[in-house]
Amino acid sequence: MGFKNYILVCGGTGCESSRSDQIYHALIDEAQNQGVADQVQVIKTGCFGFCEQGPIVKILPEDSFYVQVKPEDAKELIAEHVVKGREVTRLLYNKAPRKAYEEVEDIKFYQKQKRIVLRNCGSIDPENIDEYIAAGGYKALEKVLFEMTPDDVINELKVAGLRGRGGAGFPTWMKWNFTKVAEGDEKFVVCNADEGDPGAYMDRSTLEGDPHSVLEAMTICGRTIGAQHGYIYIRAEYPLAIHRLEVAMKQAREYGLLGKDILGSGFDYDIEIRLGAGAFVCGEETALLQSIEGHRGMPQPRPPFPANKGLWGKPTVINNVETWANIPQIIDNGGEWFASIGTEDSHGTKVFALTGKICNSGLVEVPMGTTLREIVYDIGGGIAHGKKFKAVQTGGPSGGVITEENLDTPIDFGGLQRIGSMMGSGGMIVMDEDDCIVDVAKFYLNFTVDESCGKCAPCRIGGKSLCNILEKITQGKGEEKDIEQIHQIAKAMQIGSLCALGQTAPNPVLSSLRYFPHEYEAHIQDKKCPSGKCKKLISYEINTSKCIGCTACARKCPVGAISGEVKKPHKINGNVCIKCGVCKETCKFGAIEIH
Amino acid sequence: MAKLSLSDLHAIREREEKNLKKRDIHGRTVHVVVAMGTSGIEKGAKLVLNTIADEVEKRGLDNVIITQTGAVEGRPEPVVEVFKPGEGLTVYGNVGKDDAVRIVAEHLEGGKAVDDLVIGHEE
Repeated sequence: MGFKNYILVCGGTGCESSRSDQIYHALIDEAQNQGVADQVQVIKTGCFGFCEQGPIVKILPEDSFYVQVKPEDAKELIAEHVVKGREVTRLLYNKAPRKAYEEVEDIKFYQKQKRIVLRNCGSIDPENIDEYIAAGGYKALEKVLFEMTPDDVINELKVAGLRGRGGAGFPTWMKWNFTKVAEGDEKFVVCNADEGDPGAYMDRSTLEGDPHSVLEAMTICGRTIGAQHGYIYIRAEYPLAIHRLEVAMKQAREYGLLGKDILGSGFDYDIEIRLGAGAFVCGEETALLQSIEGHRGMPQPRPPFPANKGLWGKPTVINNVETWANIPQIIDNGGEWFASIGTEDSHGTKVFALTGKICNSGLVEVPMGTTLREIVYDIGGGIAHGKKFKAVQTGGPSGGVITEENLDTPIDFGGLQRIGSMMGSGGMIVMDEDDCIVDVAKFYLNFTVDESCGKCAPCRIGGKSLCNILEKITQGKGEEKDIEQIHQIAKAMQIGSLCALGQTAPNPVLSSLRYFPHEYEAHIQDKKCPSGKCKKLISYEINTSKCIGCTACARKCPVGAISGEVKKPHKINGNVCIKCGVCKETCKFGAIEIH
Repeated sequence: MAKLSLSDLHAIREREEKNLKKRDIHGRTVHVVVAMGTSGIEKGAKLVLNTIADEVEKRGLDNVIITQTGAVEGRPEPVVEVFKPGEGLTVYGNVGKDDAVRIVAEHLEGGKAVDDLVIGHEE
């Protein structure tokens, strides 16, 4: 026994790709080498969220927050922090030593966050069921098995007002209730872990950091609706999440928390994993169910809804990972507790993956009603490289842009819809002044065109047509009538598409048209790209008063488009230039300008 | 046949909770700092640190956080600092194993500083 340091090493995908696994092993080896193995416990946790600063190592009880740690730092961390009790200042986030008893504020990134879904991410070892149990895990299941009736559970969810976190925001209790009362000799529970929005990794991190929370919630649902079988549909490109789920399921089976007669209650329940091939459309519930059944992942007309006719035609509850992860907490703390967090329209918290041109990229969980300004500036630390904020895309390829004027809108399901975007699953991509809004809309449309299953014409043909128009506009061939045509095609897609993929695919174009009409006009009428992004509409030129003739750009130019004598201003041959921008990056004098 | 009964689950939770709690530093307002520089360690600071940790655990003092610090210049080591909100910082010197037990029992648990060991105080 005696004194112990606890070293938490982030084992999320982001940090793992920056060698956090090596750091973990190096710390264990070093503790051994330096004879302090009995004084430390090294724990690999789930994602800390502060991915920008990863790999993250946190040492307790001092609460030292080490960032951008390398495996080579393990020796010093053990020798200094563990053996001598001195913080390694150069690796600390705030780079400043402090007295142990000094009151320290939380790091700003965490101050406005509230972690319910991610409560265990970054604090427990996701591959150790005992740690989940110690953190209050499986208490909710216990309650549901021995103290609550199925109607009690549904009522608790109703009081909580939990709405689906996959994007649509449908009340979870209703879904469960429909399935519970539906006729069927067999029922199923499905977890939608087919997260596929560009830039989104909330569900992935939840599964990696706290897989048992999802298993527990699915078991609770099974008991409530009368199902004995659950499926987790997860894309194969999430190997770490799959691994942690498999470990968690094995441990849960060993303890009898999955399997026959769970905790002596007489209730049998088990869960299987189904791997998806990474098709975006399989995140749509009916396509997902098709894929589990072994068919091609194509959406089916609704009704009938899965609650009545789902997997193999049986009543099925299908919820997204984040929705599941909320449920044990709601049962444990009560629906009223959950309802007290957030706004009137949307209770609880929401996890966002904050990426793009932002200082602090990462995973954030905030109470509903937090404004976008707080997320971008207080948590995200503002726009990277001192650039100007332009917009945030929420809801991924189904959502829209939010601009400066709406930065103070409280974020909840209704609020985002009113300003022409949507909650979506939680991807949040920040754009700065260098991003061209037409180009961004084109990017998202290209994505949905690629991911369209092709079953229905409005989506298949409409998406491609929209894409062609945007391509034309960015090439400088746009015409006045294009805008009108965009609106017509978009309307047809919204009305006629079979599933949400097609219905929402025009959103990025429509919302950018609504907020940045002048940028479309600049492309179409003036044949100019104000952000200098669309290659066909720009030219690189050398400002002769700034160029000193150092020849650096000419040497770097891959196509030899730059010529000139040494120590005399150079020139770019526009006919040869491929507009790759290397010269602009190379020039130290700011002499290269985009026109 | 259930593998784990309800009471088994409770036993696991109770056992593991203790371990996990040690990592939870929220709401701990009493700080104990042991100087663990080379000279301190030479004079037995490690035994003092471990004794304090064990005693705090034994007595279930949930609001105490124990940390290490480097050498303290010009003070009779082993040195133990106790910081309590509203009470300021109390510094103990020449602390041995038995003294460590007294500090935990009398000061941390009992609320009264061990006067004969005190070598300094700051508000």
